[in-house]
Amino acid sequence: MKTENILQAESVTQLLENKADKRLPGDLAMWFFILAELTVFAVFFIGFAVAENANMAMFAEGKAQLHKVAGLINTIALITSSYFVALSLHSMRKNNAKQTLRHLGLALVFAGVYVVLKLWEYQALFALGIHIETNTFFTLYFLITAFHFLHIILGMLILAYMAINVYKDNYNDPTTENEFSGFESGACYWHMVDLLWIILFPLIYII
Amino acid sequence: MNTLKYQSQAVAKPYFVFAMVLFVGQILFGLLMGLQYVVGDIVGGLIPFNVARMVHTNLLIVWLLFGFMGAAYYLVPEEAETELHSPKLAMVLFWIFAGAGVLTILGYLFVPYATLAHITGNDYFPTMGREFLEQPTIIKIGIVVVALGFLYNLGMTILKGRKTAINMVMMTGLIGLAVFFLFAFYNPTNLALDKYFWWFVVHLWVEGVWELIMGAILAFVLIKITGVDREVIEKWLYVIIAMALISGILGTGHHFYWLMVPEYWQWVGSIFSAIEPLPFFAMVLYAFNMVNRRRREHPNKAATLWALGTSVMAFLGAGVWGFLHTLAPVNYFTHGSQITAAHGHMAFYGAYAMIVMTIMSYAMPKLRGIGEANCNKAQVTEMWGFWLMTVGMVFITLFLTGAGILQVWLQRIPESGEALSFMATQDKLAIFYWLREIAGVVFLIGLIAYLASFFVKSKQTA
Repeated sequence: MKTENILQAESVTQLLENKADKRLPGDLAMWFFILAELTVFAVFFIGFAVAENANMAMFAEGKAQLHKVAGLINTIALITSSYFVALSLHSMRKNNAKQTLRHLGLALVFAGVYVVLKLWEYQALFALGIHIETNTFFTLYFLITAFHFLHIILGMLILAYMAINVYKDNYNDPTTENEFSGFESGACYWHMVDLLWIILFPLIYII
Repeated sequence: MNTLKYQSQAVAKPYFVFAMVLFVGQILFGLLMGLQYVVGDIVGGLIPFNVARMVHTNLLIVWLLFGFMGAAYYLVPEEAETELHSPKLAMVLFWIFAGAGVLTILGYLFVPYATLAHITGNDYFPTMGREFLEQPTIIKIGIVVVALGFLYNLGMTILKGRKTAINMVMMTGLIGLAVFFLFAFYNPTNLALDKYFWWFVVHLWVEGVWELIMGAILAFVLIKITGVDREVIEKWLYVIIAMALISGILGTGHHFYWLMVPEYWQWVGSIFSAIEPLPFFAMVLYAFNMVNRRRREHPNKAATLWALGTSVMAFLGAGVWGFLHTLAPVNYFTHGSQITAAHGHMAFYGAYAMIVMTIMSYAMPKLRGIGEANCNKAQVTEMWGFWLMTVGMVFITLFLTGAGILQVWLQRIPESGEALSFMATQDKLAIFYWLREIAGVVFLIGLIAYLASFFVKSKQTA
């Protein structure tokens, strides 16, 4: 997508209407990887739904023991973090390295909020004597959220890697179109991690 | 005619040749066992079923190792753009490994296993008696020595040369192969623990590090035959091995379902092994895509056929047939049935036997001084071998799957009391075993055609 189009677009609708522009942001290989990741989580979510259907009472009781406010704060933290990653991409397109770094930094700070809160949540459950073998609900709760947690850590490493490359000015070379695609790939990965949590949170904590 | 880029690549040739000799042995013992399944002892008690099975599986593993080593000696110098560190060491190790291999097989065949264990000092350091790892302890130590020398030789070659993604992935795979083999020396007396660590060798080989070796060899051959940019091929190689390792390592859980481990392994094993077909599917897309985007018409059509074939058959055998019985609720009924045998046959052939024949198909014309490719006639014979072996294996797999489904139906699903005993069930499966044996003969004919292709000569070489 051309830089000017995004900058000039007044609204999302306007962006979507610009059908002529169909370039895939980031690398196709990253999209394949994202698809594979989404498949794993989809299988997890289906497994969770099936197990819940078979153990309604156990799952309702399990959900009641989860800290919903912590989950909500984490949701907000991740959405905000994703927002800053999106902003950093805009700053990149404006060739504003300083602003890009600031946005990536803020994205990492909000991701950090998630990490701390999630660890606190685990700690609180352990203190209640709840662990992965307590029952099927908690087996799945710990497996799914821990697997997602590992993705957050990997995503943060990717964001940090992107920040280092911005700092070293590796993306600013007009001859390296691919490098910019690397930035987009990283941003796409982070949005996926965020998206997964947006499905995970209501599914495991609320519904 | 000298057609090698680096002269030391020539050491790959004896490895490939010896691999083929062992391959023939493996198939002959396979056919013998196939008969024993239905008619019982046919060689006057000389080769009991358990011995034939041990020889069949051990020959497979050893010939694949010879194939991987040959592949490594061929591709690592070419990728590193330098001669092999020590061709002499490679040849010394070849003779040690070949000698140890032959001795082991002869030991299995001519000495009762218990006696073999006794005379090789198993009492002092017991490691024998586990499926696929039956080799006497002293042979296992020999394997480690050979592996160390092999890795040293390749490591030194890579250190002084160019470092490519293919070489790095290949080395990681080979180092992993050596490291996980060390669990063959850990032999706990508790049966559950014994099996638990046994899978560290067996599973983490075939569903872990061997996939790296396969990926690296496939990437190497694809670069050579398609001329597509290294950058593109390497990028996909990374995506594939990342998926293979994540799904493969956690997928180990599918062996732990009924092993006294915590129950969450049923979830971990089911979900991650459900993902294991993906890297294989990616390999199919990747191989076909690269061949479609080829920038040159390589004269070696047979090598291209093997490269495409291995991706498809690996996906079917390892991916689809693995998935069939990998989910815990399914595996509860199918564990260790003929469905496992069906999966094992097609997965080993599709992923590993075929990748070795892929690199052989590409490298042998050069190693033998023929040129870029064999003559047309030889390639046609080779392709006959490809199709007969592959179709033979498809039918072996289908018949074993049929046998497996019937076995589960008769022996596993009925409540106890109504269920047939193991041997009574086997009798009911006889028709499938006969059909499997016929498919096995087709496979043997394919193997003969394949080997014959090495001797087809034409006055004009391509």
